[in-house]
Amino acid sequence: MWSDWEKSGRSTLRQGIRGSGTDRQEGDLSGMAFLEKNTAPDCKVVSDEGVRTLYLSGDWVISTVSIAETILTELKLSKGQNTLIDASGIGNLDTSGGWLVHRLRGRLEFGGNLVDISGLDAKRQLLFQELESHNPPLWKPEKTRFSIASFLERIGRQLVGVMSDALAMLHILGSLGTVLATVVLQPRRLRGISVAVQFDRSCIGAVPIVALMSFLIGAIVSQQGGFYLRQFGAEIYVVDLAGVLVLREMGVILTAIMVAGRSGSAFTAEIGAMRMREEVDALHVIGLNVTEVLILPRILALMIALPVLTFVSDLASLLGSGLVAWTYLNIPPQAFINLLHQAITPQTLMVGLIKAPFMALIVGLIACVEGLKVTGSSESLGRHTTMSVVKAIFLVIVVDGLFAIFFASIGV
Amino acid sequence: MIEQAAADLQAGKGMVQDQASVPEDDILLSVRNVTVGFGSKIILENLDLDVRRGEILGFVGGSGTGKSVLMRTILGLTPKRSGTIKVFDHDLSSISNVQRKAVERRWGVLFQQGALFSSLTVKQNIQVPMREHLDLSPALMDELATLKLDLVGLPQDAADKLPSELSGGMIKRASLARALALDPDLVFLDEPTSGLDPIGAAAFDALIGSLSETLGLTVYMVTHDLDSLHSICDRIAVLGEKKVLVIGTIDEMMKDEHPWVVSYFRGERALRRV
Repeated sequence: MWSDWEKSGRSTLRQGIRGSGTDRQEGDLSGMAFLEKNTAPDCKVVSDEGVRTLYLSGDWVISTVSIAETILTELKLSKGQNTLIDASGIGNLDTSGGWLVHRLRGRLEFGGNLVDISGLDAKRQLLFQELESHNPPLWKPEKTRFSIASFLERIGRQLVGVMSDALAMLHILGSLGTVLATVVLQPRRLRGISVAVQFDRSCIGAVPIVALMSFLIGAIVSQQGGFYLRQFGAEIYVVDLAGVLVLREMGVILTAIMVAGRSGSAFTAEIGAMRMREEVDALHVIGLNVTEVLILPRILALMIALPVLTFVSDLASLLGSGLVAWTYLNIPPQAFINLLHQAITPQTLMVGLIKAPFMALIVGLIACVEGLKVTGSSESLGRHTTMSVVKAIFLVIVVDGLFAIFFASIGV
Repeated sequence: MIEQAAADLQAGKGMVQDQASVPEDDILLSVRNVTVGFGSKIILENLDLDVRRGEILGFVGGSGTGKSVLMRTILGLTPKRSGTIKVFDHDLSSISNVQRKAVERRWGVLFQQGALFSSLTVKQNIQVPMREHLDLSPALMDELATLKLDLVGLPQDAADKLPSELSGGMIKRASLARALALDPDLVFLDEPTSGLDPIGAAAFDALIGSLSETLGLTVYMVTHDLDSLHSICDRIAVLGEKKVLVIGTIDEMMKDEHPWVVSYFRGERALRRV
């Protein structure tokens, strides 16, 4: 269809004969003639004693405008000849078609020719008057070129971003400290119900998935450890392996990662959406402290929730590894518990649990900082939610490493 | 008494005679016996409405009477329980996807909150329908987008701004520019002048009036702005009691005796502006 169309357009141009418009896209849009009953736009040039006349015909509307544009750009019009554009043959005309005619006129006039448009009724004259006041800026294609300067600039920006992130976290931490001090002095300012609701969401709701995940991890550690240790006949050390690994490291890290994905993203999205809808600003002007209302309850709830969840996770993974030890390695439950008694001390459990509130603080702080950084667009909400989870998981692992160094140096 | 008045309206004067005088093919949008409800609550019941080609129809009604619901039903966003809606003589519930797309290309919608895509700039927002439906050169698309900006009275430096950087009035204008991107035949406007200052609202009215005149645009406008109703609307429809209570010109509205219409068009606030 299209090529037919263009051919007919071009040939009429070459021969200078007025062609009858071809019905466009008859086939594929049959049955909707009401919408697409457009005839092809056409332009015929007649030169006559120094005055050139362009006869426009067909429909100059948005659905045919790309064809019209092709026709007009292919027009070879010599300079130094005054032009009359006869628009009386135009069927339908809308702003886009009108704009093309107007653009052609502008182009010719800049070339030093006089151009006149005839054959416009009152309504179309109004349209052209409207168009005349329009001067679009010169069109520039968008360039995306790689250069070392822009690469360096990006790195610089990211560095500054990291700095301002750290500052923002310190800022929130500081205001959290202030609010916490106020709450200690005036316990009534603590939003107990809010904390309880957040605790319900981030702890109680997370128990099933955390327990299931930890159960599976415990079982896998036990099975894999048992498989290799059995080759040395040392499968009873699976109990030491699972007990120490799970209680000291795995339980808390996995729980923190799960919480970062579950509650951290939720915090960011909630606070971010509130920022987008100016609810945070509303809190400000009502005279409420955002840290006290939004951030403290969330972080406090998370700091209580994470140790609890870690404990649940510890129990579930020990259960998982005990079951695998029983079925796969033939270590009966009684023996498993006895061996566990020798392998671990309450200190091992405490080393894991003591890390939990710090992990919670990190996850909560990052989630809130990212949430408060959300600006107007939905894209920004998505980006900050992603960043919140990524940063939280990364920092959880870094902090776990720092704890490992710390515990090693104090000999725990 | 209210029921009596409504029955009178239904039976005799107003819309029935009105419709009879208009030839069939001049009706761009026709709504027949449409019932819409949520759960056990019926919002619209057996509602009839015609919009004629080239007219500006103002739609008024108390808050919560279902003006926006009707508009959303016509647009296919809210499901209807029964009835037919014909746009450009096509029944929207029984047309193919290709035809539906063609219909959607011929209407433009200005949502109450603007509904600009927040991650795109104003220019990109205006170009979304063009990109989706047409194959235009990038230069032409940019020119047309800035042309639409000019038409709705936005400065050109607004083109590269994000919606979150615009004021409320600018969002309305940018959204109108997007609704006009494909030079539609029928435009739905949901409270276009609410939240604009009187000067801006008057300019907006004049803009809609001149667009309707120059482009033959048909406008379906939900509004509460008495000035718009007086200055640019060819006909006014009043929604109440789950149907179109009365439809007619502003002069007919001023003479109507339905209590709600009286208090709306001849109430204290309405008369103060005269």
